Amino acid sequence: MAMQFYTSPEQIMRDRAEFARKNISRGRNVVVLSCADGVLLVAENVSSALHKVYELYDRIGFAAVGKYNEFENLRTAGVRMADLRGYSYDRRDVNAASLAKAYAQTLGAIFSEQTKPFEVEICVAGVGSSPDGDELYRLTFDGSINDEPGYLAMGGAAEQLVEVLSEGHDSEAPLADAFALALRALSSDGGNGVRRELTTDVLEVAVLERARPGRAFRRIEGLALDALMPSTEAEAELDPDEVLGDEPEDGADTPDKGERPQPSE
Amino acid sequence: MTGQGFPGKLPHAYMTAGTSSFSEFLMQAAPELLPGRRPLPPGDFAEMSAHATTIVALKTAEGVVMAGDRRATSGNYIASRDIEKVFPADAYSLVGMAGTAGLGIELIKLYQVELEHYEKIEGAPLTLNGKANRLATMLRGNLGMAMQGLAVVPLFAGFDNDAPSVAEAGKIYSFDVVGGVYAERDYDSIGSGSIFAKGSLKKRYRRGLSTEDAVKAAVEALYDAADDDSATGGPDPIRDLYPVVMSATAEGSKRIDEATVADLARAVIAARTENPYG
Repeated sequence: MAMQFYTSPEQIMRDRAEFARKNISRGRNVVVLSCADGVLLVAENVSSALHKVYELYDRIGFAAVGKYNEFENLRTAGVRMADLRGYSYDRRDVNAASLAKAYAQTLGAIFSEQTKPFEVEICVAGVGSSPDGDELYRLTFDGSINDEPGYLAMGGAAEQLVEVLSEGHDSEAPLADAFALALRALSSDGGNGVRRELTTDVLEVAVLERARPGRAFRRIEGLALDALMPSTEAEAELDPDEVLGDEPEDGADTPDKGERPQPSE
Repeated sequence: MTGQGFPGKLPHAYMTAGTSSFSEFLMQAAPELLPGRRPLPPGDFAEMSAHATTIVALKTAEGVVMAGDRRATSGNYIASRDIEKVFPADAYSLVGMAGTAGLGIELIKLYQVELEHYEKIEGAPLTLNGKANRLATMLRGNLGMAMQGLAVVPLFAGFDNDAPSVAEAGKIYSFDVVGGVYAERDYDSIGSGSIFAKGSLKKRYRRGLSTEDAVKAAVEALYDAADDDSATGGPDPIRDLYPVVMSATAEGSKRIDEATVADLARAVIAARTENPYG
C-alpha cells in the first residue's frame, strides 16, 4: 500500500483556491450594472454562439466568467430550479436571492468535496420595479456570495473594472449612458489608464428591462447594438494616444486575456 | 459527493446534462408533479371533474385564430360560465383544450413551461412541428387516466417562422387521446360542440381570410355550437361574458381585445334575432 502523505486542510484549500483563481483570471471580463431602464449585462465574448449572459427567469439574469462547461452546468441547474419553483408555486415566487443561495451552496459543496473546484465566477441579477429594488449577487468558486448593489465586475481584471464603474456609476442614468460606462470599464482592463477599443463583434449585451412585463430579458444584438455604441465623435474626445487599436500582442505586463480552449467532450 | 453537509445544494438531477425538456427533468426531480404519474384506483372518474367544451381554430392569411367558449359542465350542471380554455403556448403559438378541465389546464401550464424551458436552455425556440410533437408526447403520458374517464384533448395552432411565406405560416394541429398528432388543412374544432362548429365553419370558411374575418367566423361557429350543444356556452350579454379569441401572426400571439369580441358577438346575436338560422 502506498504511503499516504499528510497535507494540511489549509494547504488543500489554498491550493484549490489558487488553482481556481488563476484560471478565472485568464478569462475576459463581464460587467453587470443597474440603470434607470433596468439591469445591463455586458460581456466581452469573441463567440457569438457560446454566450456568457443568459436569462434565468422573468426578472432574473445570469452572467458568468471562467470555464464554459462548468458555468453552463450551473446555468442549466438555475433555469431548472427557477422553472420548477415557478411551476409548482407561482411565477412571482421565483426570486434572485433564493437562486443565488442555491448556487452558493452548490459551489461551496463542489469546492470542499471535489478534488477540482469549478473555475467560474457567476452573477445572479434581478431587476426590480425601481433601481433600489435591483439585486446583484456575485458568487465565487468557493461558494462565497456577495451582494453588490449597483454594479459589479467579474473576470481577470475585475478590480480595475470596478474602479472605473465606481467613479461613473449612476443608477438613475439611462441605458445608453450605462452602456457607455460598461464599455469604458471593459476597455480599461489593461490598467494604467490604457484603453483598448472594443467592437460590437466581441461584445455580448443583454438587458433586464424594468418596464417590460413578464420575461424582462432581452439581448441587444445587431443593429440595436450598433445604435447603442457610443458615436465616434465621443470617442475622438479621448486622448488618441490612450486608445489602442487592438489588444496588446505582447503579454509582458498584461495577463493573457485569451479564453482557455475548451476540452473536447 | 453526497452533499449531506450542504442541505441547500442543488440535487444531482439539476446538474446532469442532457435534456432540454422540463417534463423529462420533472420525471427525475419531482415525478409527483407530472399529471400522468398519479396512479388511480380502478373505476371510471368521468364525473369527478368539470368538462371543458368547444374550441375552434382557423388558418388565416396572416397566421391562425383560435377561439373557445366559456362554459364548463359537470353532467347537466354548469360548473363555470367564465372558464378560459385558450392560451398562448408561447410567443408564436396558441393552445386550447377540451375534456377534463382540471387536467387540461394543468397540462397547458406544464406545456407553456416546457416550451419556455426549452427556449431558455437551448437559446432558440422549438420549431412549430417540434412543439406539436412535444405536446403529443406529453399527452401520451395521460393515456391511463384518459381510459378511466379523465381524457384531455388539446388543439394547437401557431405561426411557423420557418414557413416559405406568410400565407403558408399558419398551422393547426389536432390530437387524439392516445397522443396521435394530425396537421389540419384549413380549420378544426374540438369538444362536445365541435360537430356543429365544424358544420358552421364548413359554410363560412374561405382560404386566405383576414384575421378580422376569421375572428368573426370563429365567434359565429361558437354561436352555432352553443345553439345545438347544451355543454357549449353562447355569448352572454347579461353577464358580459364572450368567447376568448386569440391570434398568432408574424407579430406574435395575442388575445383579441375583449371589447372587439363583445361587439362581434352582439352583432351575431342581432343578426340571429333577424334570422335564427344564420
